[in-house]
Amino acid sequence: MTSLWQYAFVHNALLAGAITAIVAGCVAPFVTLRNMGFGVHGLAEVSFAGAAGAVLLRLPIELGVLGASFLAALGFGALGVRLRERDLAIGSVLAFSTGCGVLFLTLYHTYSTEAFSILFGSILAVGTDDVIRSAAVGAVALAALAVIGRPLRFASIDPEVADARGVPVRLLSTLFLLVLALAVTVTVQVIGVLLVLTLLIAPAGTAQRLTLHPVRVMLYSTLIALGATLGGIVCAVYTSLPVSFFVPTFSLGAYLVARWLGPVQRGMPGARATH
Amino acid sequence: MKSAGAGGRPAGGPALDGAIAAQSATLAFGARRLWEALTFTVPRGEFLVVLGPNGAGKTSLLRVLLGLQRLTSGSVLIDGRPPRRGDPRIGYVAQYRAIDPDLPVLGRDLVGFGLDGHRWGGGLRSRASAARIEEALDLVGARSYADTPVGRLSGGEQQRLRIAQALVSGPGLLLCDEPLQSLDLHYQRVVVEQIADWNRRRGATVIFVTHDINPVLPAVNRVLLLARRRWALGAVDEVLTAETLSRLYDAPVDVLRHEGRLLIVGADLGAHEHETVLDAGDHA
Repeated sequence: MTSLWQYAFVHNALLAGAITAIVAGCVAPFVTLRNMGFGVHGLAEVSFAGAAGAVLLRLPIELGVLGASFLAALGFGALGVRLRERDLAIGSVLAFSTGCGVLFLTLYHTYSTEAFSILFGSILAVGTDDVIRSAAVGAVALAALAVIGRPLRFASIDPEVADARGVPVRLLSTLFLLVLALAVTVTVQVIGVLLVLTLLIAPAGTAQRLTLHPVRVMLYSTLIALGATLGGIVCAVYTSLPVSFFVPTFSLGAYLVARWLGPVQRGMPGARATH
Repeated sequence: MKSAGAGGRPAGGPALDGAIAAQSATLAFGARRLWEALTFTVPRGEFLVVLGPNGAGKTSLLRVLLGLQRLTSGSVLIDGRPPRRGDPRIGYVAQYRAIDPDLPVLGRDLVGFGLDGHRWGGGLRSRASAARIEEALDLVGARSYADTPVGRLSGGEQQRLRIAQALVSGPGLLLCDEPLQSLDLHYQRVVVEQIADWNRRRGATVIFVTHDINPVLPAVNRVLLLARRRWALGAVDEVLTAETLSRLYDAPVDVLRHEGRLLIVGADLGAHEHETVLDAGDHA
């Protein structure tokens, strides 16, 4: 059993997993703050079409994922100001692009294995160059988040006053969608298109059960994402069962434990931030 | 009109005198005209209350002053210049909006946004900035709940934080949109007192939009009444009279005085009833 740790693919998987977890853990609190879970899912489904298109054209899958989710981010940013309208737009685009993805994969003949790895990730198959690419994309996402973080929070919580204070509210909305597109690109590789929400929302939801202090929410969210991802990879290596089973399982498990035992009670007026 | 540049306030950057001059200002959305030929000047340090029925364009007037809304015609100048979006010398208390109790945003964060929320970045604050946030929290007596998630505070506590947010940049002009909405009588008094204090001690101009003049009477200098595309501006005694209101509303309006209170019958000032009780207390 232990001999498995000698293999480079395990090291690569853990490295890529750690990078993904840090990026997702930092981005996730902004996703919950802006109530953008559906948007994340939409970006992921669009990236499925991009990946499938890349397979068909014999381009790198990552390029397809990044290109498609960037285009979708710009599109969502241009379309949606009102939440309801944004959700309708995302819903339509999401379904259409999933259809496109299926079409592309049907046209390409090694359908099943490619589809499987796009939908559910291929973390145990990443090479050193994949790790480097993830690190680069993740670094760009985190750097961008560091630049837009404060005005983005202001615009998310109080868009009217932020607008009056000169915060570019619409531009920030689009910039954050682009950061999300980068995060989705990194995450898809680990966990697949269908399961990005398990790293891009769930850790923040769990963290917000433990504390409502903004800095701690980000810290806990990152630690939870790291725990779920690395724990999932280790279990998968030992059991030969899919990573995409273990990561969401740990992620959900952490949420349930936090929900039952966490000090923050949902929506209770008068409950104070905990430490 | 005085020019900007008078010092003596703790705020960074040049001071704002906060004098406002409107010249034939007209605002229309398509065919719907809100107000026409609005011409007035507000001298520095005045506490002006804007009254009027719902939809009369009170909030839109604030948006014009904030540089968020263009006039259809005419002009509005602040210290001799057109309004500029993002002017840090203008403090803005927006209409009350509920905040999700599960959002990880502390009272201190909300106040801090008024100081540096518009700046790029996300890192730590300088000691000077942190001190100014503490100062603003003390000003409204909100220090004790500064580290509580905003959505879990009462409406009155949230409103005080919003006022601290508007004051933290040391504004020479304070724009308040229904700041007393959903507050009980105690908090209405507290909030009016805090804004009046800023007006008196800092000599800041205050534009205070409300539909109930009652709680602000101790602080108000003049009243601007917007109704049915028309307007009237003057002291409370001049504007809130049967004669002026009847002319504005094109209908007989009665103003009854009883033991220092005003009861207006027949005119809608945006309150839920058709009768608005006005307290003609100790205004100038």
